[in-house]
This record gives sequence, structure tokens and C-alpha cells, in this order.
Amino acid sequence: MPVYLDHAATTPLSAEALAVMTRELARTGNPSSLHGAGRRARRAVEDARETLAAAAGAHPSEVIFTSGGTEADNLAVKGLFWSRRDEDPRRTRILCSAVEHHAVLDTVEWLERHEGADVVWLPVDDSGTVQLEALQREIDRDPGAIALVTVMWANNEVGTIQPVEEIVGLAKPHGIPVHSDAVQAFGSVPVDFRESGLAAMSVSGHKLGGPVGVGALFLGRSVKLTPVQHGGGQERDVRSGTLDTPAIAAFAAAAEAVTANLVDERTRLSALRDRLIEGVRAAVPEAVLRGAGGERRLPGNAHFTFPGCEGDSLLFLLDLAGVESSTGSACTAGVPRPSHVLLAMGLDEDAARGAQRFTLGHSSTDADVDALLKALPEACSRARQAGMAGHESSIQTAATVARQASSAS
Amino acid sequence: MSGGVDSAVAAARAVEAGHDVVGVHLALSRMPGTLRTGSRGCCTIEDSRDAWRACDVLGIPYYVWDFSERFKEDVVQDFIDEYAAGRTPNPCMRCNERIKFAALLEKAIALGFDAVCTGHYAKVIEDADGNRELHRAADWAKDQSYVLGVLTHEQLKHSMFPLADTPSKAEVRAEAERRGLSVANKPDSHDICFISDGDTRGWLAEKIDMTTGDIVDETGTKVGEHPGANAFTVGQRRGLKLGTPAADGKPRFVLEIRPKENKVVVGPEALLAIDEIRGIKVSWAGLPIAEVATGAEFDCHAQVRAHGDPVPARAHVESVQDDSGVERDELVVTLTDPLRGVAPGQTVVLYQGSRVLGQATIDAARSLQRVAL
Repeated sequence: MPVYLDHAATTPLSAEALAVMTRELARTGNPSSLHGAGRRARRAVEDARETLAAAAGAHPSEVIFTSGGTEADNLAVKGLFWSRRDEDPRRTRILCSAVEHHAVLDTVEWLERHEGADVVWLPVDDSGTVQLEALQREIDRDPGAIALVTVMWANNEVGTIQPVEEIVGLAKPHGIPVHSDAVQAFGSVPVDFRESGLAAMSVSGHKLGGPVGVGALFLGRSVKLTPVQHGGGQERDVRSGTLDTPAIAAFAAAAEAVTANLVDERTRLSALRDRLIEGVRAAVPEAVLRGAGGERRLPGNAHFTFPGCEGDSLLFLLDLAGVESSTGSACTAGVPRPSHVLLAMGLDEDAARGAQRFTLGHSSTDADVDALLKALPEACSRARQAGMAGHESSIQTAATVARQASSAS
Repeated sequence: MSGGVDSAVAAARAVEAGHDVVGVHLALSRMPGTLRTGSRGCCTIEDSRDAWRACDVLGIPYYVWDFSERFKEDVVQDFIDEYAAGRTPNPCMRCNERIKFAALLEKAIALGFDAVCTGHYAKVIEDADGNRELHRAADWAKDQSYVLGVLTHEQLKHSMFPLADTPSKAEVRAEAERRGLSVANKPDSHDICFISDGDTRGWLAEKIDMTTGDIVDETGTKVGEHPGANAFTVGQRRGLKLGTPAADGKPRFVLEIRPKENKVVVGPEALLAIDEIRGIKVSWAGLPIAEVATGAEFDCHAQVRAHGDPVPARAHVESVQDDSGVERDELVVTLTDPLRGVAPGQTVVLYQGSRVLGQATIDAARSLQRVAL
């Protein structure tokens, strides 16, 4: 069995979610139908809504089920931008952290290109934390022109937890709504929607032991949102489309299980992660831990850059050794590009190319960390050799033969 | 793996032979196009996905390796520079020499691999001492040994061509179908991969400064004007727009391009026939035959284009001094029957039977008739 150290990408389905999902898949019924089958499905969805709301410190009416985190992000960012601008055409500014997931980043860029949004990318420090002074400055510059602020709860690459409460504290006096992508945070660290003061918050099912293809947007009861997807008027008329009862029920079951056990699991994973970090540092002393330390970091996240190594070489070699990790960043057509998160944290392209992310979750054990630490030194030294390759070829080619012939004579 | 049928079947055969195989797709551009259009271009996202899908079916890992910077420098820029110098390069050969069997191979070796396996139609033979020879594929119509003629012995030691003995391309397609590879009926790619619309002239015109100059005949008399010497190829007949007709009224052809003087030389068809080729940047595909060291002349066949016919020739190696006084080996190839369509920059590959001996870049192509003028 390969060792799975990529829980930030997706997690194994939890036993609770699997049981609920298979039960619901065997049943029929559209939650919008008024007959018996419909009522039964509706019951399952509404139970799930209450369960999920309780797990995230929200009211059930604040839960809008979506197809996943990406849809929730799109809905929040576009929906808030449009409704706020409709109320006041001056509101075209979006303040967005420079380290967002592409689901937010690309949505904001789309609004910039197609809807005339005026985007401010909020800088981060070398730990990847948004600089509050910069946010304060941007708000003070022209608070009346800001449509929304969007800053993720925790970063998917380096695991840094953002000061969400402080951010809301700066925006709220001006009535500016704040959205946060909490896809990585929810189920890993305590997340309380009501206490956070956020206007909107995105979460996803498959990052916490639920199924892929379901997520939710928590949306404050008084927050107005322009819909992105039109149709049958489900979910407060904000997100039309037949509700996926089995996925929604399984998502809620997974969320309930994970939050019930959050404190213990957080302690367990933090300790396991710290052992992983110490082990990597001992095995490869030049490796650099990226992201924030201690409480400001997701319990399951360890992210390093390995100087001289290409992240994709390292990933390949670890995969070959049965350890599944990630470079942490998305790629274009499979072409690895340096991570925008690491560049925003001040790394140069060469350093950023050496990134490797190890993320732990509910299925992770000490044996997984042992397997990584065993495979890592060899993988690193090979990746370093491969990183050197292709600059000045050591393979004899027709060109080098010709050069050697002329220099020998 | 390009995403085409040949490399997919080559990978399948390597897997079946019991090797540990990993599929690698070369990213030769940082901004690949999304979809293929016909048989032109390559390395689109669709091609990458096709290669990926083939790997899924074969149950092997798949990776994209980014060699776009190296490719731009060693292949694309070389292509532009060669045209700017009035020569006719072969970018596929350059890519094999410097990317697929050099940069890629070197990275692969560092990562613990032993060989690069491709879907080229060519054959590697190993003797009892482990020395390798490069040979034509069983299907001479599909044979691609020409574009591999630039490989050195060391490169051949790390090369595998599982399609070597395949009787025909149709067979490869049928095999792909049998193996459930969705690329079985994907069209072959043609043309130069980095010129997506196939318009080489137009593409070059954007990269090279074109200035009008004279077209002269074989005696040096001006017979017309051209929009830029680099837009012409040796052997070209159309598009010359000559004002002054030839004395004998017969069509005239491009004989030579002189980039330094920005002149194009034209003349009668007979003067296109080349009798002697001198090649530089000589390399041997495997161990050189004995005559190479002694400088003795040997019988062989010469081929100057990927799909050209091999013609009988005699060849020998000469050590000469170049313009700056540096000694270098030159390959002198005397063609038994004069050959048309030979231009500086092209590669001459020498064969004995099916065996590839080696290659050189054509530096000069001499017509005895023209020398006599």
C-alpha cells in the first residue's frame, strides 16, 4: 500500500460518510418534490443542513449547498461583487490576498477582465500571512468603493492560517463584506461562522472525509448575493439545481464526525506533523520549511522547498518509492509552474520550483511518516542530480563530438 | 510520448517486455494551444491528454517535463539562425540530438532510468561486445533512421525503438486498437511542430529581417529582385518573378543563397545537380568504421532528406583548417550520379546496407558543371 501524504488534495471517505452515502444512493426522491419520496429526500437534506450548520457555528438557513469549494468561491466572489455594485456603482474594488486558491484568484481576475473590477492584491509576509497594515491602508484609501474583501482561512499550499477575525474587524466598521475560502480550514481547525463575522465562507466535502462533488457556501442571512446559476430557485434562490441528497447527507456526516473529534485529532496531527518536520530537517538539513509556525499553521500541513531539486522530480521519485505527495501548486497543461503563493512570499522562481507538500489527515499514522523519512534522502539526492541535468549536457552528442575534435587538435 | 499512436504502442511494447516504464510528455512551449487542428502542430493540451490517457490504459505513471527553454534555444533559435545564414536546417534532427536524446535522457538517467524509448521507426542492434549499431526499420517506407543519424554511440546505448521490426504503420494502428489505445486512428503529424499553421515562410518572415536584393544568374548578371534572400530555398522554381528571361527560354531555379551579399543565384535545372558534398559537424552512429580513422575512401549510400532516396556514393574524412585556423574533420561525399535538391544546412546521412554509419551537416554542395563555368 502506498503511503498517502496528500490529504490537502483529497481525503479518503470516512466510514460515517460511506455508510450514509450508500444508504441514500439506494433511495429515490427529489427534495423539491411534494410526494412521499420527495419528502423523505427533503428530510435527509434538511437534517444535513442542520448538522453542517452546527458543525460550522452557523444557522441552517445560512447553508447553501453547492457542487464543491470552487463553485462556492465563484458564487461568493461574483455574487457579492455584482450585488454590491448594483447597490452602488462606485463599488468596483476587490481586495484579495495574493495567496488565494485558483478558485478565488481566477474568479477575481475574470471580474477584473470582464466586469471592470479594480483589484488590489493584498501582500503577504514571508510566512504567507496577509499584512494587516496593507489591508488597513487600502480600506482607508476609499472604503466606499470596495465591493468585497476575500481572504482564505488557511492556505492550501503552505498551511498558513490567516487572521480572519482581524480582517473582518478592519472591514466591518465600513460595512464591507468579507468572504473567506475555508476549504482547507474547516474540519482541521475550529471554524465558527457566526463568531468570525464573515459575510460568506466556502467549504468542501472531500477535504474532510466527505465525497467529492459537494460543498457549501455559508452566507449571512442579511447578505445579498446575485445568483450565478439560474433555474428552479433552490437554495434561497441563490443556487439553482436539484440537490444531491446522497452527497449532501454524506458531507454532513463527515463534517459532524470530524468536528466532534476536532480537538483530539488536531493534537494528534500536530504532533505527527512536528515529527515529520523534524525528521525531514534531520534527513535533509538544507530543506526549508515554508509557511507559519505553531498555532498559525494547519495541523496536517508540512511544506518544504528543497534547494536544487525540481518539485516534480521529487514527487516522481517519492511516488516510485510508494510515497504520495504533491508540489502543492496547480499546473498549466501539466507544465509545472512556480507557485504564485511562494512567489508572493518572496521566494525566487528557482527556490519555488523545489517545493514539496506533505499533508496529513484522519488516515495518517506514524508508519506513514517513517516511510517518507526513509525514502526522502535518496529521492532528494537523485532529484538534485536531475535538477542539474539539462543545463550543460554530459551526454555525448554530435555537437560535443565536433567541439571535442576541434579542441583536441 | 507525443500523444500519437507510435509512441503509445512503443510504450505498450516496452511495458509488455517487462521494463519499468514511465510515460513522459515533453512540454516544448509554456503556452500550449488547447486543441489540435488537423495534422499540424503538436504539444497541444489535447496531445498531452491523449498521451496521459494512453498511460492510464497501460497502467504506467505519466509526467510532463518542461524543456521549453532548452527547446527554444537549441531547436527554434537554431532553426532561425540557420535560415538567416542562408542554410536549410532540419529541426527534428536538432531536437533528437539535443533534447530527446540529450537533455531528456540526462534527466532520466539522473532519476534512475536506463533508456529513452520512443516510437521512432528504426532499429538498434547490439554486438557481442555490447557495441551498438543503428539500422533502418523493417518498413523502409516508414523508416526514420535518417532523423536519428545524429545520435552518438553513447546516445544509442540509452535508446530503445520497439517499433523497429513492425512491418507497417497499419500494423501499429491495428495493435493500438487491439490494446484499447484511443489514439489508434489519430492522424499522423507532419510539418514542423512549432509552426502551428504550417506556414514556414510566413513564420520566418516575422523572425528574420528581410531586405530586398538582387537575383543574379549563374554568370553574376542581375536578372531580377527579391523581397529577402532568406525566403528562398535551393531548387525553388516558383515565385521568382524574374523580369529578364533566360537566354534559352527555359525555366530557372534557385541555385544558391548568399545571405552576406543578400543575393539569390538562379540558373538552369542542369546546374542543380550536385556531384560533391562537403559536410561538417561529423558524427558516427555507433563506433566509426575503420576507414574513418585512416581517411580511406569507402562505398556507401548517401541520403540528404528525411524522405529522400539513398543514392550510391563514395566518402572519406579529411582533416582541414577552417577560416579561423582550427582543425576540424570534414566529410567528403562524392555522388556516383549527380543529385538534385541538396542545400547547405541539410544533413547528409551515410548508410551501408541498412546500417547508419553517421552524418554531417552539409557545408557546401558542388556542381561540377557549375564549377566548369
